Amino acid sequence: MTDSFLKVEGLTRHFDVSKPWLNRVIEREEKSFLTATDAVSFEIRKGETFALVGESGSGKSTIAKMIVGLLAPSGGTIEIAGHRIGPDHPEAIRAVRQRMQMIFQDPFASLNPRWRVGDIIAEPMRTFGLLSGSDVTKEVARLLEVVGLSASDQGKFPHEFSGGQRQRIAIARALSSKPEFIVCDEPTSALDVSVQAQILNLMRDLQDEFGLTYLLISHDLSVVRHMANRIGVLYLGRLVEVADSKRLFTEPQHPYTRMLLDAVPDLALSGRRRKPVTGEIPNPINPPSGCAFHPRCPIAVDRCKVEIPAQRATPTGTAACHLVDDVEKVSAG
Amino acid sequence: MSETKTPGRLYRMWDSDIAYSFRKSPLAIVSGIVALVIVLAAVFAPWIAPTNPYDPSSLNLMDGFSRPMEPNAFTGNTFLLGADNQGRDVLSTILYGARISLFVGFSAVLFAMILGITAGLLAGYRGGWVDALLMRIADVQLSFPSILIALLIFGVARGFIPPSQRETMAIWVLIIAIGLSDWVQFARVVRGATMVEKGKEYVQAARVIGVHPVRILLRHILPNVMGPVLVIGTIGLALAIIAEATLSFLGVGVPPTQPSLGTLIRIGQQYLFSGEWWILLFPAMTLLALALAVNLLGDWLRDALNPRLR
Amino acid sequence: MTEPLLSVRDLVVEFPTRRGVLRALDGVSFDIAPGEVLGMVGESGAGKSITGAAIIGLIEPPGRIVSGEVRLAGERIDNLPPEAMRRIRGKRIGMVFQDPLTSLNPLYTVARQLVETIRAHLDMSEKEARAHAVGLLDRVGIPAAARRIDDYPHHFSGGMRQRVVIALALAAEPELVIADEPTTALDVSVQSQIIDVLKEICAERGAAVMLITHDMGVIAETADRVAVLYAGRMAEIGPVSDVILKARHPYTSGLMASIPTLVQNTDRLVQIPGTMPRLNAIPSGCAFNLRCEHAFDKCMTDRPPLLDVAPRHAAACWLVEEETQNDG
Repeated sequence: MTDSFLKVEGLTRHFDVSKPWLNRVIEREEKSFLTATDAVSFEIRKGETFALVGESGSGKSTIAKMIVGLLAPSGGTIEIAGHRIGPDHPEAIRAVRQRMQMIFQDPFASLNPRWRVGDIIAEPMRTFGLLSGSDVTKEVARLLEVVGLSASDQGKFPHEFSGGQRQRIAIARALSSKPEFIVCDEPTSALDVSVQAQILNLMRDLQDEFGLTYLLISHDLSVVRHMANRIGVLYLGRLVEVADSKRLFTEPQHPYTRMLLDAVPDLALSGRRRKPVTGEIPNPINPPSGCAFHPRCPIAVDRCKVEIPAQRATPTGTAACHLVDDVEKVSAG
Repeated sequence: MSETKTPGRLYRMWDSDIAYSFRKSPLAIVSGIVALVIVLAAVFAPWIAPTNPYDPSSLNLMDGFSRPMEPNAFTGNTFLLGADNQGRDVLSTILYGARISLFVGFSAVLFAMILGITAGLLAGYRGGWVDALLMRIADVQLSFPSILIALLIFGVARGFIPPSQRETMAIWVLIIAIGLSDWVQFARVVRGATMVEKGKEYVQAARVIGVHPVRILLRHILPNVMGPVLVIGTIGLALAIIAEATLSFLGVGVPPTQPSLGTLIRIGQQYLFSGEWWILLFPAMTLLALALAVNLLGDWLRDALNPRLR
Repeated sequence: MTEPLLSVRDLVVEFPTRRGVLRALDGVSFDIAPGEVLGMVGESGAGKSITGAAIIGLIEPPGRIVSGEVRLAGERIDNLPPEAMRRIRGKRIGMVFQDPLTSLNPLYTVARQLVETIRAHLDMSEKEARAHAVGLLDRVGIPAAARRIDDYPHHFSGGMRQRVVIALALAAEPELVIADEPTTALDVSVQSQIIDVLKEICAERGAAVMLITHDMGVIAETADRVAVLYAGRMAEIGPVSDVILKARHPYTSGLMASIPTLVQNTDRLVQIPGTMPRLNAIPSGCAFNLRCEHAFDKCMTDRPPLLDVAPRHAAACWLVEEETQNDG
């Protein structure tokens, strides 16, 4: 396909959530594992914004952490700009590190409260040895202006800024090593709506100006619709649908996607009838058999309880549902 | 968008929440002054003390047991706070003794801090077996009273050091002994705080760009865990001073030719009921004032640093 | 017109800090009719949570109500002694907080917490109270309520816990329920369930609801009327459809325009320039004047009161005055 920047195949991650050894011996329990992500595969093209959407337990943050190297995958491969990275390829990680960056959700915890803003922004530059001396100060000043703050903010501490301003500082830090790829983990979830608009616009402008590729993690469908070119929907660690952004909303293929869309409040007050959402997300330690969504799915059949659906091609992308061809017929009826 | 100049550093320190809290607390101010006076007096002892009690040649046994502010019947010397059994001026000995107490106290706490912080950072950041090992060592040590540990170390050191060196090395052994008995509380606190900070996103941001773990520990995590360390440190200083006094009192501390406050108290205790009260009272009051002032400062610091009370 | 259930007039709440006095609420007035759902919307620092805390008497000292009054069914409650206020809390006003993890005591079973609250406010025996509690849990949608009532809070999922909290808030049959960000900590698909439950059970019991949130979507689906707060002042208040679709205050319209929706197709979101002023740096005149593209001279000097736009719709903006003058 066209220049794919990031390719993830069969990405899986287990967590050992067993009780301590002594408890297990006394209570005669087996080890228990939590599968945070299960065989997730997707691709991100250069210059695009790819979004991963899901609720709690969907594994979206885990995937983000594996991609930037904060967590090691339990299985599967990650390929960034042609380099296969993983625990057996430490040099590959080093080669790739400079080309990617991350923006975190909590603007209050993502900046070291004891460091000055100038040092925070300069850290990636200094770590990769890109600049030194007075060049650093100049570049930091420039970055601050790029994100809409002022150069004199260098000497201040994070607590002197509001949430939105701190997120701008985080963005400036992410830009300082001139990356090509930025992973954004819920970048505006902790911000007020009007501030969110400013930050999202800023991110779009920066993408246009610097040709950045984004992986956007979010639970907010409206934000994702505005920002992303393509969207992947996660449920309990599995990718249930991937589609082009606008079409995901006009022609959702997977029942879970439909349910999510129905749950988004209607700000246009069009009087649209919302279908009541059923059930809650199951415990990820004991996921349902077969398709994880079947207990809540309005069109589940017996096959769904037994067989994990594979990704099938759809007019808009792919979807992991046995009934994907029939879905339209069933929902229309 | 900000047009105001960032105020100077000194003004910012004066105006900070901590300085404000200090200015508002009469107890903190008084303790601070008392502690400062004693520290300065001890530091400048060689210049302000009337005599040098550590110089055996300057001592005159006939001065012994002189009462405070009364000229001695034999020698005609007057001592402000009296003289002890060997003719040492009590005031001078308090000044020089406080010097030793403070030196040993500070050094021991510093040693304990460095040891404890290192152990805490490692245990908190690495987790796993490193954490388990360090914490078990700490647990074992905590089951012994710290004075006993200090005595144990003293005994072991005595076996190693040749007799000729014992006097000069005594202070260092003392420092190591007290420090080793005290590191655990620093380690515990730092370990907990490290585990909290480790999960925060600014640490993850540093890991994403590949900063070396040691650098992360020293430059990112350490500045953020120092708050409680300082509080424990001040109280630990008071405890170290008292520990030194205790050990000297027990006879295993500083050599008898260089008495510290604890030594004076031991000497004075023998003569208390035969009427020479000044040998015990003045050193004891000094020790009390010092330890109390430092303790109260530590209390104030803990409240000042507590974000919920701000 | 029936007498309002809750009446707030010119409420002023201040927090003395060592850098001066912060006015968290500066003359807020509104009514809640019996059984109605009033949404209170604003961004961080606007004062919506403080309003809820002031009504129920839970402002943390040294913060305090400086002036104004709060009346519940005609009687003043803002100047009651703590003991009297305690009796009102729970019995006449119920609270639903944001974080169900901390609203429920993890050491006691749900049964114990419910029964305790019921018996504290209603005259019932232990058995009656327990039956009442089971009925409540059933009504809020907890499956197998009779069995689960003896579970501890950590046995429930987030959404279930919040249902328990709603049951707890309604246990003593209050006339007013104040819900402060009740769904913010929950997943999107669960949010709509919880909001529905809250709305239904309050409607059933005729309890009015004051719904405090920053999420306009929740308001759109649930509230009858909505009040928009900005920098401790009320910017606009009116029926939900009027305020959302025909906002008259530039802040409200700016806010609505900056929310991404599932239907618009713009490249850039509308953004209001600048940020909400800090409480110790509110400009004179209208608090929004520095960020407003329609601001004119009067906005810089005179603070606009709430001016009527339509019978039940008011906005604190001098533009309203201008327009009525032009029309008239």
